[in-house]
Amino acid sequence: MSGLNAFQLLNGLTFAALLFIVASGFTLIFGLLRIVNLAHGALYLLGGYAGYAAAHASGSFLVGVLAAMAAVAVVGLVLDQGLLRFVRGYELRQVLLTLGVAFLLNDLTLVAFGGDTYTVPAPEALRGAVRFWGLFYPKYRLFVLALGVAVFIALWLLINKTRLGALIRAGVDDPEIIAAMGVNIRRVFLLTFMLGAALAGLGGAVGGAFLTLYPSADAEILVFSLAVVIIGGRGSLVGAAVGALIVGMLNTVGQVMFPEFAYFVIFGPMAAILAFRPLGLFGRAV
Amino acid sequence: MSAPSSPVPAPLGSRVPLAGLAVALGALAFAVLPLLVPTYQVSILTEILIFAVLAMAVDVLAGFTGRTPLCHGAIFGVATYVVVYWSQQGGAPVTGVLLAVAAATLVAAIFGLLAIRTSGVYFLLLTLALGMIVWGVCLRWTSVTGGENGLRGTVRPELLAGHLPFYYAVFAVVGIITCVMWRFVRSPFGLTLRGIRDSESRMRALGYNVSLHLFLAFTISGFFAGLAGALYAMFNDFVSPSTVALSQSVEGLLMAITGGIGTLFGAFIGAAAIIGLENFVSQYTERWQSVLGLMFILIMIFAPQGVIGRVRDLLTRRR
Repeated sequence: MSGLNAFQLLNGLTFAALLFIVASGFTLIFGLLRIVNLAHGALYLLGGYAGYAAAHASGSFLVGVLAAMAAVAVVGLVLDQGLLRFVRGYELRQVLLTLGVAFLLNDLTLVAFGGDTYTVPAPEALRGAVRFWGLFYPKYRLFVLALGVAVFIALWLLINKTRLGALIRAGVDDPEIIAAMGVNIRRVFLLTFMLGAALAGLGGAVGGAFLTLYPSADAEILVFSLAVVIIGGRGSLVGAAVGALIVGMLNTVGQVMFPEFAYFVIFGPMAAILAFRPLGLFGRAV
Repeated sequence: MSAPSSPVPAPLGSRVPLAGLAVALGALAFAVLPLLVPTYQVSILTEILIFAVLAMAVDVLAGFTGRTPLCHGAIFGVATYVVVYWSQQGGAPVTGVLLAVAAATLVAAIFGLLAIRTSGVYFLLLTLALGMIVWGVCLRWTSVTGGENGLRGTVRPELLAGHLPFYYAVFAVVGIITCVMWRFVRSPFGLTLRGIRDSESRMRALGYNVSLHLFLAFTISGFFAGLAGALYAMFNDFVSPSTVALSQSVEGLLMAITGGIGTLFGAFIGAAAIIGLENFVSQYTERWQSVLGLMFILIMIFAPQGVIGRVRDLLTRRR
């Protein structure tokens, strides 16, 4: 692999971390609620813009990130309660409805923010670069990498070690029984939906600081997320992590070696995986 | 919708007199209207005919095979790119069209090989991702596709330069395509596809090669989408990444749904409704994309069987 050095390898890893943050929200909603939320990319972009606006207004990156998560979670609440409730149980109608929402949100953010490129201002402490192993690497990207790992651990603990996580897992397996046992499973579903949306918002605010925000960023992140979930398998946290690593690294390798076909390089492995495992690496038949 | 739970409208052929009359009237309208309206409206009518072919191609999969695709805009756009690129390189239009349809069919065959392994939502997702890859390549491969700026060429032969001659050429071609597709969905092959839509396992148990049928259906549907894309290249003389973008696939699907999934001819009504609305809306606002998204939401909530199907339901209820 000529032309690929440690610096680019790290770029791939940090991109994978961001992809994981976004795609984990997607796969959570897909796995539990059986909703393919094609508005996820638009939620990412919305989170980015909200984070930009809030960080600019308050001067604090943290406030920007929190505002982005909150704003997108609220949009998720409205989407779930206001629209998706009318098409529950119809998988394809749900998907196409969220596609409509994606178009609408994308166009509305274009009205509000125009076609310009925005960058969420990174906090002072994370600007600049650090030197290690003879490398000079941006601090902010290392922060994203750490955040990705932290999100993975937090989600893993949430799903495997808490009561809410137990309810979510039970809801995946058999929503009727868990409802019959007196659990308000709809509320669990709604919480999951909002959590998934908030992860898209978090991704938007964090990603907006190093990938920049522009009107077609939502479509790009959506197709990456789709690739992650198709490779990893739906509803699987580990699958999302492995998928994000594969897609992130392939994308970087592609950009270094075949700049014009970077998109295409994800396609080959995705095809190969699908040929042998149509449900993805960690997907389970339902 | 193609979900098995939703009622599928009876095929048009079962009520021949009325349906036949409607088709004849529609064809007559498309034949006479361009003589009565100004030039600008003629170009809208041309666009409607071209996109009706795209919507019919979508319908072959979504309505007759039970697989809803979101990559047909990309297949359509591949053909458009090839035609415009070929003309820019100084090639003859006929060769360009042949190459374009071949390229689109090839892309469809590759997509089909992957996509037929999945069904339902997975099929939709996979075709969406595949279509987006085409879009990404068209956007980034600047040396060939011109990137964001797109390509411009003079594709139309001298003979068809005028609005009316071109319209009638498209009318004739689309007429032939429609007849072929009508034969196709009513052929034994088409019936097998409907069987697969209704119960894949039963068809497999009956000894049908389901994968092969799905693959062929996908490829043939892509062939027709490619034809539409080649016509569009002649119509527009210009192609840019927005021609292969997701919104194109979405519009094609929306037209098929509006006209009624599984009706084939509904595609013309759907195309007329969407393109008519697009032209109407863009007189007042630039927010066509919002309107498109909003329509998608409303149709999914209130009329998933298509506007035509909805109207028919309301009529039968009143009777």
